Amino acid sequence: MNWDLLGQLVVNGVIVGMLYGVVAMCFVLIYKSTQVVNFAQGEFLLIGAWTCWAMLVWLEMPFWLGFLFTLAFMFVFGILLQVVVLKPLIGEPIISVIMLTIGLSIVFRALMSWMFGEFVKPFPQVFEADAVNVLGLQVQPAYIMSMVISVVIMVGFFYFFKYSRMGLAMRATAFDQQVAQSLGVSVKQVFAMCWAISALVSAVAGVVIGMVNGVSSALSFFGIKVFPAAILGGLDSIVGAIVGGLIIGVLENVSQYVDSQWLQLGGLYQIVPFYVLVIILMIKPYGLFGTKDIERI
Amino acid sequence: MADTAPRQAAPETMLSVNNIEVVYDDVILVLRGVSLEVPKGQIVTLLGANGAGKSTTLKAISGLLKTEDGEVTRGTVTFDGETISNQDPEKIVRKGIFQVMEGRRVVEDMTTIENLRLGAFTRRDKNVRRDMDMVMDYFPRLKERAGGLAGYLSGGEQQMLAIGRALMARPRMLLLDEPSMGLSPLLVKEVFGIIESINRDQGLTMLLVEQNASQALKLADYGYIMESGKVVLDGTQEELLSNEDVKESYLGGGEQRRSFKNLKSYKRRKRWL
Repeated sequence: MNWDLLGQLVVNGVIVGMLYGVVAMCFVLIYKSTQVVNFAQGEFLLIGAWTCWAMLVWLEMPFWLGFLFTLAFMFVFGILLQVVVLKPLIGEPIISVIMLTIGLSIVFRALMSWMFGEFVKPFPQVFEADAVNVLGLQVQPAYIMSMVISVVIMVGFFYFFKYSRMGLAMRATAFDQQVAQSLGVSVKQVFAMCWAISALVSAVAGVVIGMVNGVSSALSFFGIKVFPAAILGGLDSIVGAIVGGLIIGVLENVSQYVDSQWLQLGGLYQIVPFYVLVIILMIKPYGLFGTKDIERI
Repeated sequence: MADTAPRQAAPETMLSVNNIEVVYDDVILVLRGVSLEVPKGQIVTLLGANGAGKSTTLKAISGLLKTEDGEVTRGTVTFDGETISNQDPEKIVRKGIFQVMEGRRVVEDMTTIENLRLGAFTRRDKNVRRDMDMVMDYFPRLKERAGGLAGYLSGGEQQMLAIGRALMARPRMLLLDEPSMGLSPLLVKEVFGIIESINRDQGLTMLLVEQNASQALKLADYGYIMESGKVVLDGTQEELLSNEDVKESYLGGGEQRRSFKNLKSYKRRKRWL
């Protein structure tokens, strides 16, 4: 057994898994508040990464400025998405909104390919490329930063939902829209905030992955990996999304190890998360953390 | 509340509902000309059987009708002289009318404290903490369960939480929709006692919808009785309590015990409108 490689892969798995978790959280945020399954989640990453790339390469902004601009842009983008595209559909069957997100994902992906081309474009160097040694493992600085950002976002989400006015309003809206309205919460405003936050945070993940792997339309496939993470966690649980993301990330890397050491199938890591997803859903249909309604005793 | 003497002669009218007609889904006529007035600082109760339109009247006032595809098609609702009919519920809440919906409707996956903080959603001032202590003083049971999930509270505690949550918004007027629903008689007494003391302490104006007429009339200054979408009788507490028809149909008394059959024919002979 090659323990060094295994350890390295597990660490990679945790790092990638946290990013899955962050994006899955964004996905859950929209699902929980608006009951919309957002098939365009991966495209949020793509748009965010390309926006930041354009700021840095075309406009030659310093990284922090370009990054801040990207965040502001994605926030406005999320609100516009709600106001222009989704608001007219309030009151329509939820399935039409879901179909709409599929349409949006196709449009966005095509738009990005048209504007930026099909091929991978490297991100300008922001962090040093030399791997640093952490507890005997070689880790790229970009990975460490990615992990720090993931943790900051997760903690931020926790405090947001626990203590902020808007966070509480979102939870109330998710529970019962009429109750929220009776308390003075504007449901339209909550929906807009959900899309805005989801787009913004996804963009952060998109930029982080772009820095490591380069930006290309492959980023939108990240969104597909987020589905098993979110469903595994229970679809309506923020904690579940994080745990689901970690499990998928680690599984992917461990299966890659198993594959490379013994099986030699190639590409096993692509499908293993989905097999595990099927098995877990057979045992726990509501996912690991999915809540059934509270039964009063 | 600056005005702490609520029961002086002829207080000003705070809310008036003028001959409103409510239609659901563009076709179902539910209210057929309902008018009522709520004077400042008083408790007014709206009584009636199932389906009489009491809850619909409340929702027409609070604007929640909009969330159920209902609409006020005729007449107006005015609050402090301002017409508020068919406005969005979140706007009406900001004007100071707060509805405690039927069936408690606490957010079950939030803690008691979080539910209370949610009640203060429309407020921007710094006194939220102090008001939370005030609510806890009114409802000591909530203090014991402060950190627990609201979904695990008992029915009575949930009702208390729903009322407490409303108080957190510092409303100028409270619309209470059947606070006695599904509670044991002892709990009903407790909840109604607290409602009365809130009205007395703070001069908070209330419109109380109830099926439990005897309890509601005990604390109301004035009452309206609804039947199939219309107000059929109104009067002060004493007038209604001594009215033979009210005793007969709502207080379970009447001058003598009658058989059910007689009761029906009696009602058929003598309608209120």
